[in-house]
Amino acid sequence: MVNRVIVGAHYGMGSWLAQRITAVIMAVYSLILGFVLIEEGPFDYAEWQELFANGWMRVATLLFAAGLAWHAWVGMRDIWMDYVKQDGLRLALQVLTVLLLACYLGWAVQVLWR
Amino acid sequence: MANAALKRRRPKYLSLAALVFQIRLPLPGKVSILHRISGALLVFPLAAWLLYLLDQSLASEEGFNHVKDHYLQAPLAKAGLLVFIWAYCHHFCAGIRFLLLDINQGIELQAARRSAALVLAVSLALTAYFGYRVW
Repeated sequence: MVNRVIVGAHYGMGSWLAQRITAVIMAVYSLILGFVLIEEGPFDYAEWQELFANGWMRVATLLFAAGLAWHAWVGMRDIWMDYVKQDGLRLALQVLTVLLLACYLGWAVQVLWR
Repeated sequence: MANAALKRRRPKYLSLAALVFQIRLPLPGKVSILHRISGALLVFPLAAWLLYLLDQSLASEEGFNHVKDHYLQAPLAKAGLLVFIWAYCHHFCAGIRFLLLDINQGIELQAARRSAALVLAVSLALTAYFGYRVW
């Protein structure tokens, strides 16, 4: 018996799951950072720089930024697919979204590893 | 016949005003659309703005002091910060609710309405708390 799937390739499932996994990663990071900011703050420049000079903090923040880019891509794509009916315009907006998110990611790397 | 009268008025085109004033979304619907609006706001322009602030504050001591003592003291910047705080808190709380709904927690009508009200209340309370601290 051949097990054929005839209702699509289920590409959406991967995006859906990725959005949820990245959401959990970002939520954990947010709680930890929020706790640190409230407990350790207010910061002066030396403490602020020291916080982001920490290797773990850099990696965690980069993980957050990468998670954000992926999460936001799925979300913004949903928004464009729901409201923009015209194919060319929707494609243009999706490309702009990818470029914007890629810029954010590049900028975040630059800020973290100066 | 009532049915025929109804049919004649179809299709019904909705103006933006109708979407805002005539369709009364239930509470979970309001949480959902606010989740979407806050998400879009966080992507643009808030993420760019926050990256700019992080960039400036980490670049140099002058940059840090400028952001802390001047830039963020302006009323417009504080208003922007308040919008960011609300958008983040709402997106965070509503997101946790959606994750729970995804694993079939609280999907009965009453529970879903209660959790929607809770999301709105908690995110507004958090916004008030963090807003107070920022101000």
